[in-house]
Amino acid sequence: MSDIREVSVEELRHLVSDRAMSGETMLLNMGPQHPSTHGVLRLLLELDGEIVVNMIPDIGFLHTGIEKTIESKNYQQSEVLTDRQDYMNPSGNNLTYCLAIEKLAGLDVPERAQSIRVIIAELTRINSHLLWLGTSGMDLGALSMFLYCMRERELVLDIFELVSGQRMMTTYIRPGGVWRDIPEEFELAVRNFLKVMPRRIKEYEDLLKFNEIFLDRTKGIGVISGKDCLAYGLSGPVIRASGIAHDLRKKQPYMGYDKYDFDIPVHSEGDIYARYRVRVEEMTESCRIIEQALNRMPKGPVRSNNRKYVPPPRSEIGVSMEALIHHFKLWTEGFAPPKGHVYVATESPRGELGCYMESDGTALPYRVHMVTPSFVNLQALPLMSRGLYIADVVGIIGSVDIVLGDADR
Amino acid sequence: MSEHLDQTVQSLQKRFDAQFEESLGETTIFVSPEFIIPVMTSLRDEFGFNACMDVTAVDYYPEESPRFHVVYQLYSMDNNVRLQVRTKLNGNAPSIDTVEKIYPSANWKEREVYDLFGVNFVGHSDLRRIEMPEDWTGHPLRKDYPLGYEEVQFTFNFDDIMQNKPQPKD
Repeated sequence: MSDIREVSVEELRHLVSDRAMSGETMLLNMGPQHPSTHGVLRLLLELDGEIVVNMIPDIGFLHTGIEKTIESKNYQQSEVLTDRQDYMNPSGNNLTYCLAIEKLAGLDVPERAQSIRVIIAELTRINSHLLWLGTSGMDLGALSMFLYCMRERELVLDIFELVSGQRMMTTYIRPGGVWRDIPEEFELAVRNFLKVMPRRIKEYEDLLKFNEIFLDRTKGIGVISGKDCLAYGLSGPVIRASGIAHDLRKKQPYMGYDKYDFDIPVHSEGDIYARYRVRVEEMTESCRIIEQALNRMPKGPVRSNNRKYVPPPRSEIGVSMEALIHHFKLWTEGFAPPKGHVYVATESPRGELGCYMESDGTALPYRVHMVTPSFVNLQALPLMSRGLYIADVVGIIGSVDIVLGDADR
Repeated sequence: MSEHLDQTVQSLQKRFDAQFEESLGETTIFVSPEFIIPVMTSLRDEFGFNACMDVTAVDYYPEESPRFHVVYQLYSMDNNVRLQVRTKLNGNAPSIDTVEKIYPSANWKEREVYDLFGVNFVGHSDLRRIEMPEDWTGHPLRKDYPLGYEEVQFTFNFDDIMQNKPQPKD
């Protein structure tokens, strides 16, 4: 058996203070198996009594080499891998990946598919925020939040199951459109969801807004300034809670987001409570977007007509030789976008989710790099938690809303 | 291309001999690695690119010069424009100055590039592996790094499998 290398404090000398070397402060390992680290995040805390002097996050426990794997699979095969990066935002990952392919290949997406994509993306956002609210509420002692949030999340997952047959890893959004048209029951299910959701959001607020313990543990804790947010490249609800009204859906609209009427919730305190407010208000805004998308959904095809990239419908294959050839070619060789590179960014529930894609003109992607918000936001964790108690660290990790699959890929 | 971006590119072309490329609505400038610090500093201070969203690399093996491209994605929040900065690095052990002091967000991003591509960032404050274990050999995202099926190792067949494992060259 090969030797296991031991890491000594000496190697982390540049990260801890002198007091740690003399034993005045204590180094404590938190995680990777810790219920409040939301996955497998390891934090090395330097503690003075109960106060955090410094924090060294250690990630990589969920590294699965998705970027390397993608290089040996064709574009369609790789898409299912993107679901599994940020497992709370699978459709958002698909969307970003598909937008990159579409930009590279110059594919057009029909109006109807765009509306469906918006609905699915916003439902995913609500799904992600609900799980966040439940788990981070639970971290802060509001145990019942989890049960209520899971109840509504079930409704969202049912809708996903309805359209794609899958509850979580849907891979419903495909290059050039969506997998298939939505079933008839879809509209009713979504409308039912929209009917109950605003009332339920109010319920959550009632549970937390007047909860003394929750307020004590969130207000003024984990503050990060807007300037630091920019320097550390943060995005999403964290930056909006620090007073910067930055949302890619408004700033650099994709998928026709510019045609929808919605607001960006912004708070300026920069603490855990502000992040909580931003996310809860975002759920309401997402409901508004979904309703508008449902009301104006046009009739028509849901996939692009470009047969070099998008497989023909089943009905065509039986009667058209070309359709059969295209189908065969697409599923054996895949498609080959022209040479070039693109960077596409979308607003995921956690922040800017980017996809850098480079094609060398063959059917295998030359390089795909997902720029994931969890990775970036995690980096600012020490900044937020210095000088606070260990118990606050738990709340701060929750408030940043990290998904370790997203950070490690 | 917006007016602001136009000015930025022209100024960089003049001062740092940067090459410029526009494709699919995205602007890319190529700068030589020794200018990366002054280019990034002036981009942040003079042209308002206040956020570095990503640092990554691309390996063009078997090409030797340049073998690597290091790719920076900059974003200007006030002007709402993106700019891609690329540098070309030669050889199997490339190195470039770190931009961590200009954009703190590049700290982890550069660690990731170092971990997965083996690009050495000179002057980086904490250049350790971030995704792979500390004792890993090789840099997985290099194109000459073998990608193969790996058998599950147990104590009884550990050495056997270790011997037959495809290994990276360096």
